[in-house]
Amino acid sequence: MSVKVYDLGHARAGDKGNTSNVSVTAYDEPAWKILREQLTAERVMQAYAEIAQGPVTRYELPKLKALNFVIENALGGGVTVSLAQDMHGKSLSFLMLDIDLNG
Amino acid sequence: MSSPKTSIRVGTGAGFSDDRIEPAVDLAERGKLDYLVFECLAERTIARENLTRLKDPERGYTPYLVERFQAVLPACVKNGVRIVTNMGAANPLGAARAVRREAKALGIADLPVAVVTGDDVADIVRKNPQLPLMENGAPVESLIPHMASANVYLGADVIRDGLATGAPVVMTGRVADPSLFVGTMLHGLGWGYDDYPKLAVGTLAGHMMECAAQLTGGCFIDPGKKDCEDPVNIGFPYADVTADGGLTLGKLDDSGGRLDVMTCTEQILYEMHDPTSYITPDCVLDITAVEFAQDGRNRVRATGAKARPRTPTYKVAVGYHDGYIGEGEVGYAGPNALARAQLAERIVRERLAKRGFTYPEIRVDYIGMSSLHRMGGGRTVPYEVRLRIAARSPDRKAALAVGFEVRTLHVNGPSGGGGGSNTIREVLAVKSILIPRDMVKTAVTVEGTL
Repeated sequence: MSVKVYDLGHARAGDKGNTSNVSVTAYDEPAWKILREQLTAERVMQAYAEIAQGPVTRYELPKLKALNFVIENALGGGVTVSLAQDMHGKSLSFLMLDIDLNG
Repeated sequence: MSSPKTSIRVGTGAGFSDDRIEPAVDLAERGKLDYLVFECLAERTIARENLTRLKDPERGYTPYLVERFQAVLPACVKNGVRIVTNMGAANPLGAARAVRREAKALGIADLPVAVVTGDDVADIVRKNPQLPLMENGAPVESLIPHMASANVYLGADVIRDGLATGAPVVMTGRVADPSLFVGTMLHGLGWGYDDYPKLAVGTLAGHMMECAAQLTGGCFIDPGKKDCEDPVNIGFPYADVTADGGLTLGKLDDSGGRLDVMTCTEQILYEMHDPTSYITPDCVLDITAVEFAQDGRNRVRATGAKARPRTPTYKVAVGYHDGYIGEGEVGYAGPNALARAQLAERIVRERLAKRGFTYPEIRVDYIGMSSLHRMGGGRTVPYEVRLRIAARSPDRKAALAVGFEVRTLHVNGPSGGGGGSNTIREVLAVKSILIPRDMVKTAVTVEGTL
């Protein structure tokens, strides 16, 4: 059965230069297990394909039950020069939350 | 000089230059604070404020400086809360004078302000054009003719030295965001600048606190999914830090928002890349062993921060002029709205081309559909679509033409296009270099009489 990241965890996006980082924190242990197994850097790169050139690096933080994705070349050159309306990429957390996984 | 305490409370007064003002007043009045820290410098703020200063040598500090000090000074002076801020931007000395004028108007005849200088390294960068840019390795030389600012991210030692003067206010230009907070702990708790277990705690605290409401329910609420009490009156956080390295984050109970393990977990990873190596001027923080524990309502204890010694370099943000961005918007609604917006886009592109304008980059957004996450697969067509076209150019005329050609669509474009708008802005871009620490000479002076 398909499940959205939205139902497994919560997310926040941050910016540094032309790099966006999006964290996903699991709501509980079963959700953490699914996220850790299935929310890979490749799956995230696929979801961000129209926005970022990548690469995507994934960091695991088991004590926080969180994953941190560092998505490079994602912010139109960076906050100061981007042509985008959301130049900080604040809304990119919800692109992560919209990803479908197997529940 | 006051002797170190066993515990201090440090509050956040602002998380960015245009932040809300009331939460800082609440903390100053009722927070039982020792220090109130205002972090108000975005990447390009100093470049922008250098331009302001060229027009008026007394200005060049951040917007809202006067309003913030007007609002918080009475309570801070009454309660002995010392203020630390980077609102000085491109002109910390001018900012100090502005604060003293406001203090006088409020009946505080002589408010001493400690001023930190030395972050401006534009002259040093000009003399070292070989220094490589962190972004692409190219020498900084090519940016120098267009340079608007070059400022080092200073560390917590300058804040400590500013506080050591005894002045109630410490005013700086560029200082790394967490370091503004760490400096209060070096001074207030007597921590050594080489005591890395303590610097780890302080840097974690500063990192958590520097975005103000983002720790207390801001940038968090999702109605029905992740709610928080009284989102109108979200309060700002404070940190209780003990001399032996204990850290508890909290907020006023009568303020809105929430501070719990969830908000802390989102914020610790905010703008974090490799969690083993968060580099600041003070240390290299490792958060991989950090744990949060709820310690009563709106209180969270944080443990497990580790740090390695600081690097031998300072990071420098180099601001430079990088042409113009022109943009225009127009809205369509009802049947066939998207098709009309798409036709409008084609017309604008062709009219710009016929006038001989070309652009290194053009961006088209259908607001309501693709402006934030692009087109994706299988997006539904909304009832309303707002077309936005933005383009960059080194040529001001070419940038102006973008908004012009969108604006003229009202009369010269598809049916029912309404609410046109157009803007142009000068781009102040920022790139980074690293410079050896010994190139940088900082100083602390005091405006006023101690």
